[in-house]
Amino acid sequence: MGKVERIAVLIKQVPATENVRIDPETGVMIREGLAVEVNPLDLHAIEEAVRFKEKFPDARVTAVTMGPPAAAKAVRYAVAMGCDEGVVVTDRAFAGSDTLATSRVLAEALRKLGSEGGKGFDLILAGERATDGETGQVGPSVGTLLGVPVLTYVSKLEVRDGGFEAERAVEGGHERVSAPMPALAVVIKEINVPRLCTLSGKLRGRKAEVRTLSFADLGLPRESVGLAGSPTKVVKVGYPQVTRKGRKVSAFEDFGGALGALEKFLRAGDFVPAGRSQGVNG
Amino acid sequence: MAGEKTAKGEVWTLAEVREGKLHSVSYELLAWGRTLADGLGVPLASVVLSGSESPPPESLFERGADRVYLTAAPELKNGLSDACAGVLSDMAEEYKPQILIASATTWGRSTMSILYAKRGCGLTADCTGLSIKDGALLQTRPAIGGNVMADIMTPDRRPQMCTVRPKSKGPLPPDSSRKGEVVRYSPRKSALASALTYLGFAPEARVGLPIQDAEVVVSGGKGMKGAKNFALLDELARLLGGSVGASRSAVDLGWAPHSSQVGLSGKSVTPRLYIACGISGAVQHLAGMSGADSVIAINTDPEAPIFGVADFGVVGSVLEILPRLIEDMKKGESR
Ligand SMILES: Cc1cc2nc3c(=O)[nH]c(=O)nc-3n(C[C@H](O)[C@H](O)[C@H](O)COP(=O)(O)OP(=O)(O)OC[C@H]3O[C@@H](n4cnc5c(N)ncnc54)[C@H](O)[C@@H]3O)c2cc1C
Ligand SMILES: Cc1cc2nc3c(=O)[nH]c(=O)nc-3n(C[C@H](O)[C@H](O)[C@H](O)COP(=O)(O)OP(=O)(O)OC[C@H]3O[C@@H](n4cnc5c(N)ncnc54)[C@H](O)[C@@H]3O)c2cc1C
Repeated sequence: MGKVERIAVLIKQVPATENVRIDPETGVMIREGLAVEVNPLDLHAIEEAVRFKEKFPDARVTAVTMGPPAAAKAVRYAVAMGCDEGVVVTDRAFAGSDTLATSRVLAEALRKLGSEGGKGFDLILAGERATDGETGQVGPSVGTLLGVPVLTYVSKLEVRDGGFEAERAVEGGHERVSAPMPALAVVIKEINVPRLCTLSGKLRGRKAEVRTLSFADLGLPRESVGLAGSPTKVVKVGYPQVTRKGRKVSAFEDFGGALGALEKFLRAGDFVPAGRSQGVNG
Repeated sequence: MAGEKTAKGEVWTLAEVREGKLHSVSYELLAWGRTLADGLGVPLASVVLSGSESPPPESLFERGADRVYLTAAPELKNGLSDACAGVLSDMAEEYKPQILIASATTWGRSTMSILYAKRGCGLTADCTGLSIKDGALLQTRPAIGGNVMADIMTPDRRPQMCTVRPKSKGPLPPDSSRKGEVVRYSPRKSALASALTYLGFAPEARVGLPIQDAEVVVSGGKGMKGAKNFALLDELARLLGGSVGASRSAVDLGWAPHSSQVGLSGKSVTPRLYIACGISGAVQHLAGMSGADSVIAINTDPEAPIFGVADFGVVGSVLEILPRLIEDMKKGESR
């Protein structure tokens, strides 16, 4: 009790390029032929797990991802950073899962992996949000489905009195809360600076045996996963044009004119608060 | 366990209470909710969860609510999300609203993300548009760094749930003649239980509001050339009643705190005015500020991509322009 012995890190593989495409019929992302990387915010979750391992040398860290078989690359990267093992949860049945269906799969995988070790996970770490789906919902719902306390927006995490004490970055400041063990923590960028992989780490990652879990291994009802198990449906996807055709002036050519035009723009938009005109010499 | 469809269920908005007071996002939600409720021909209700004393509900009626559910309990004082979700789950079971919307704040997102998993409902994140289509909720949200806008529906589960990006709609003007009904709800003790213990809150010393709430955001990038020049941004933000943001490069260089980072891996901001100072306008930065009503860019490079999204651009050095602008603003406007 009070010792962190098993840690799971949830990581997602995301497209690294900007030219993400969506199937207009199904609203599902086309993943083939895209360069991929570990979701940048998940690197902070991996880093935090590895730091716990440094503090509790007996701790074992398992990186878990749900995705296509090629997502093995993401968990290999996690191993290269210092995780002990990686698991890819993959099956055609999971395709098109929204955050609830994704969370059911991940929660069940964690339950299975946890029970195999005799003792379940003491800590589950997740990233704040993925750069593609960007909902930030998966972490909290995995914790809820597992019935463990959920800590969100965590900027600092410590073990204290057999449980966790966390600092949460919320609007206007930081809140401190504590939670018993086991718990799930969604960490934010502020919590740490992810390390770079060492050469020997990379080698370990490349050689690591990555375990695969399929739909059949989890024993979830068919209708609870994939498109069928997803309450939300993407019905249409559009590509917004964000370019504005604005005015541009050059202070290199005419400093006074440019400054004057800028001040005029600010006044016209009513951005200068009314009270201000009473200012210093008003 | 998820609710069945009920055609006549109410539209609910989740009011947000901070330090015992209603936060303005509560009124923004009512502006969205009013259109939805009118589109469906059902009442609009706001749910207030608070510590032992509820904030007065009148302002919610004035801003569009027909009914206010007040749930007050000492356990809810600190807004611990699992307890809030537990109470909301019971309330949804009892009153069967067809729609429940909350604000995409840290509290709104956390609470709704626990609630939807508890109830097996759908949850759409961070919407910027909501409407009624064929009697159901059509939710529009940006994703993939603002590169796509997705329309999302929740055909089978009720309530239809989403979080809404703050500032995506202004509140309705207050109408003091509007009155409504107050319903006091007594939560079950077991629903109020939180796994968490609240230990305290440390406010952040900073200029102005958190950037997500600010009407004006003055942001600096690598072109600011150093931490000390961020004082210019602090000064301009103070004069404009705004807050200071930063690009990732500036944050990584230690010129500004993480909490001020705008962009894909930082905050999304939707102010009335965004001023980008010495920021190139990388896609990842644009992802966090393209929702601004108005954008001003100041950059030495006339080809900088930030000018592509700016309403007004100044090609020039921030280190020359900002001091003069600040000086003029300090003495000038009374003219
Ligand atoms: C345009 C578009 C819009 C969408 N909108 C919604 C929506 O509003 N609501 C909805 O329910 N679904 C939505 N989806 C589906 C959603 O993107 C997928 O379910 C996705 O698999 C998980 O959500 P996310 O990318 O938002 O992850 P997030 O919830 O943002 O991820 C947070 C963290 O959870 C963990 N995590 C997430 N996914 C995985 C994974 N596969 N394996 C391991 N760990 C993971 C990681 O630690 C990650 O940092 C949308 C999809 C698209 C393409
Ligand atoms: C996965 C991922 C996530 C990311 N997330 C974010 C994010 O959330 N937010 C973010 O901002 N970035 C993010 N980035 C980084 C992003 O790609 C850019 O590197 C970053 O935004 C650049 O910051 P900058 O504009 O301050 O610096 P630069 O690109 O170096 O631009 C500096 C600008 O200052 C101008 N300049 C120089 N001197 C002056 C002067 N005297 N006066 C005026 N202008 C001057 C230059 O012309 C130039 O345009 C992310 C990148 C990745 C890969």
